[in-house]
Amino acid sequence: MKSRYSIFSLARNALNYHKDWERAWRSPAPKAEYDAVIVGAGGHGLATAYYLAKNHKMTNIAILEKGWLGGGNTGRNTTIIRSNYLQDSSIAIYELARSLYEGLSQDLNYNVMFSPRGVLMLCQTEHELRAFKRTAHANRLAGLDCRMITAKEVKEIVPIINDDPNCRYPILGAYYQPRGGTGRHDAVAWGYARGADSLGVDVIQNCEVTNIMRDGGKVVGLETTRGVIKTKKVGVVTAGNVSPLMQTAGIRMPIESLCLQALVSEPIKPVIDCVVMANTVHGYISQSDKGELVIGGGTDPYNNYSQRGSFPSLEHTVTALVETFPIISRLRMLRLWGGIVDMTGDRSPIISKTDVEGLYVNCGWGTGGFKAIPGSGFVFADTMANDRPHPIAEPFGLNRFAEGRLIDESVAAAVAH
Amino acid sequence: MLLVHCPVCGAEGDETDFHGGGQAHVRRPATHDPVNVSDEAQRDYLFIRHNAKGLHFERWRCDRGCGKWFHAARDTVTMEFKAYYGITELPPRELMEQATGEWAGYFKDKLK
Repeated sequence: MKSRYSIFSLARNALNYHKDWERAWRSPAPKAEYDAVIVGAGGHGLATAYYLAKNHKMTNIAILEKGWLGGGNTGRNTTIIRSNYLQDSSIAIYELARSLYEGLSQDLNYNVMFSPRGVLMLCQTEHELRAFKRTAHANRLAGLDCRMITAKEVKEIVPIINDDPNCRYPILGAYYQPRGGTGRHDAVAWGYARGADSLGVDVIQNCEVTNIMRDGGKVVGLETTRGVIKTKKVGVVTAGNVSPLMQTAGIRMPIESLCLQALVSEPIKPVIDCVVMANTVHGYISQSDKGELVIGGGTDPYNNYSQRGSFPSLEHTVTALVETFPIISRLRMLRLWGGIVDMTGDRSPIISKTDVEGLYVNCGWGTGGFKAIPGSGFVFADTMANDRPHPIAEPFGLNRFAEGRLIDESVAAAVAH
Repeated sequence: MLLVHCPVCGAEGDETDFHGGGQAHVRRPATHDPVNVSDEAQRDYLFIRHNAKGLHFERWRCDRGCGKWFHAARDTVTMEFKAYYGITELPPRELMEQATGEWAGYFKDKLK
């Protein structure tokens, strides 16, 4: 068991000039066999491993990562957390995740810096206003704490917003989730990794899975760059790289991998203390604790595995945000990055058993996975441990694509997650 | 940023002059046998994608040129275009031989 982080451990280590902190997680060599193996140590995979160990007492498990943990989309997003989706099944899983985020720092004994600073989704056309009113009603019925606010209230919450009623896309109001906000994405990965490791899970980095081994329709193990690992349960949580890996088990996925970019500005004094999403013009913005404006937009419109995006998408996003927030027009941008997101046809995720016994898959989070990490891991761990879909995960099965039972969030969620 | 070439009108431009249309050579089951389309076949047509890491056959439209759809073969890791060919045509022979997934099965007969 690891020593807890606290004010006392901080003081104790300060006396040693912080030279004796123990490592947050071990770096074990892979064992020959595990009860279960998770492929992909991003947020969703690490959360799955953590809840498998914590809730289901499966501690002889490993989580394999081809690079470094949290180095994929978990470290490449804009950290927005909200749950105001349109469909009941989406609301259930995103709200589970959002409510788990509220207590996550205490649960993990690791500060994930969850900041429920409020999420504003702007209404900039009559149609968008009407669509969000519909979402608002659906969310009220589901018991979410969300409401429509007027253009005047938007201006009070976000004084830097352009409230010119004669601009191309004037602010007509907004859909407001005060309990939404942001978190520290790396800390979520690190906190779950530390939590899982302290429960006995082997977190193994620099270990790429090259083949899912089967025998008679059952999973028997994994071929990796660090040798063969035997196991009867495999959870694939590899986001943009899910299609090639699942094809090694003979399963074709309803997924396309696209690049989604984000960028941050140079740090400035506080100008915006909530998250603003402008779906009509394709852009969203918040300010980090360091003062950088964190900016995201839409995906590049073609298949991409390179983790590098193209300039026109960024230009499109920044143009929209400069129009909405004129004071940012002279900011210089410090960093930009691209993540390979796994898009499904209905823009809803996949949490599912497969036709191969012992093989489970959690993917398709597309452009909006960060907010779902705790809920996704929670229900996927339950699905893997009990070999049946968790009730909240059930609507997200792979079978929905053959049954035509889609969870259509592509209109409700639009570009911005 | 991608630089794209239209094989129909010969226009050259960046990706904003064109529109990506996703995976190419997807067979619509109802075209061949409208009576017996299984749920699985319709799912494959609508949703299942090969999503190749590497050589990818896809459709593009020449938005600001001739307006025609055409085919391209592109590497999804290096982003390099390997070939452009017409909407009713097949890719060059050497690319058909490198094809993976359902494309490999589709091109197998054409290679004979």
